[in-house]
Amino acid sequence: MTQATEVMFPTSADEAVAQFGDGSDVTVIGGGTIVVPEITYGRRRPAKALVLSRAGLDTIDAGGATVTLGAALSVARLTELADDATALAQCALNIADYEVRRQATVGGNLCAGAGADAPRGDLQGPLLALEATARSVGADGEVTEPLEDFFAHRDGRLLLDVRFDKPAASAFAAIDYPHTHAYTVLAVTGVRRADGQVRLAATGLAGFGTRLPSAEAAANDPEKAGAAALADATVGDDAVASAWYRERTLPVLVRRVLADLEEAA
Amino acid sequence: MNLTVNGVAHDVESAPLTTLLDVLREELGVTSPKAGCEQGGCGACTVLVDGEPQRACLTPVGAVEGTEVTTAEGLGSPEELSPVQQAFTHHYAAQCGFCTSGMMLAAEAYVRRGGTDDREAIQEALAGHVCRCTGYVKIIDAVAAVARGDAFDLTVTAPSPGMTNLGGVS
Repeated sequence: MTQATEVMFPTSADEAVAQFGDGSDVTVIGGGTIVVPEITYGRRRPAKALVLSRAGLDTIDAGGATVTLGAALSVARLTELADDATALAQCALNIADYEVRRQATVGGNLCAGAGADAPRGDLQGPLLALEATARSVGADGEVTEPLEDFFAHRDGRLLLDVRFDKPAASAFAAIDYPHTHAYTVLAVTGVRRADGQVRLAATGLAGFGTRLPSAEAAANDPEKAGAAALADATVGDDAVASAWYRERTLPVLVRRVLADLEEAA
Repeated sequence: MNLTVNGVAHDVESAPLTTLLDVLREELGVTSPKAGCEQGGCGACTVLVDGEPQRACLTPVGAVEGTEVTTAEGLGSPEELSPVQQAFTHHYAAQCGFCTSGMMLAAEAYVRRGGTDDREAIQEALAGHVCRCTGYVKIIDAVAAVARGDAFDLTVTAPSPGMTNLGGVS
């Protein structure tokens, strides 16, 4: 099965880009936590696999006013951002377990498709609230764009890095998981930008992370913002929670995050 | 491709996307890493790669070429058990044994990185490891004992400070 697969182990970002080419028939493997079981169980039989473990994309640059995260950076290393992007570090600690956090990558988390039984992509919410941009390559060359836009056409593209401005403050609130390995039931991230504006986003509402613009507009009044968030959300049922439950907990998490942001100010 | 397992260098022939777990068990005959869920959720396949715990079932062998892999076989020998192995024996931390290799390697890594006997910290370190036999009290007892640097008398089983007396039997 795997013997027929052409496997590439690029040793630099440039080589990864060249080997990815136009992306047709290429399965990208970051940490392997999602793709490898799919191969093991026969759900995916890649014609070509691009393994990023030695591609030098596991970088983190938080030296200046912006933070740049390489696509193959492990989720575990996001905890280094406890001061620069608190919400992202907290979100990372909330993902899976010690070993899986060390294997899972930022790019894999952002690019994995929604699971059959639960939403994936824990990092989508925090990075949307941080207004991150994504740099990726594909058939039409290299593009840097807002993360929302990247999500809309990520299939067939190789994510290289994501970048965001360091916020003045950020906060993260999630529903406790029933088990370490459960996907996010619901999580909300709040960001206070350097200019004082508040950004809010949720993970776990539907298949994708979602910005909450109506709640942002009402951010000065947490009660109102919590209620407004429902207008921004397409809430779904899945194996980990019902839409009914999510509708009732979303306003709570929004209020909690806004209170934490207030405290951080 | 080269892979060193428990100090022995091997020239691996499996295809590069073959999981490290399959290479260890099927090609090299190293069977302490167990094939449990084979999707990263149970911890039974955990090995150390260059000293850090990693799920062998999630790892394409080509991604760890040139590394040093340690399994339970490499921790100690039947004649000379490692401290973690002694602790698991003395504290009766294994029943069927299926999760034990992964548990011990996660524990080994936890102790090596300076982990203490704080039970919550141990729980966090072992959070990805599922035991379906006994529950976790004695496993945590064992890891706490190693972290404290206890000496182990393998001829007796330790009482568990973490157990609640449920039945009134003293």
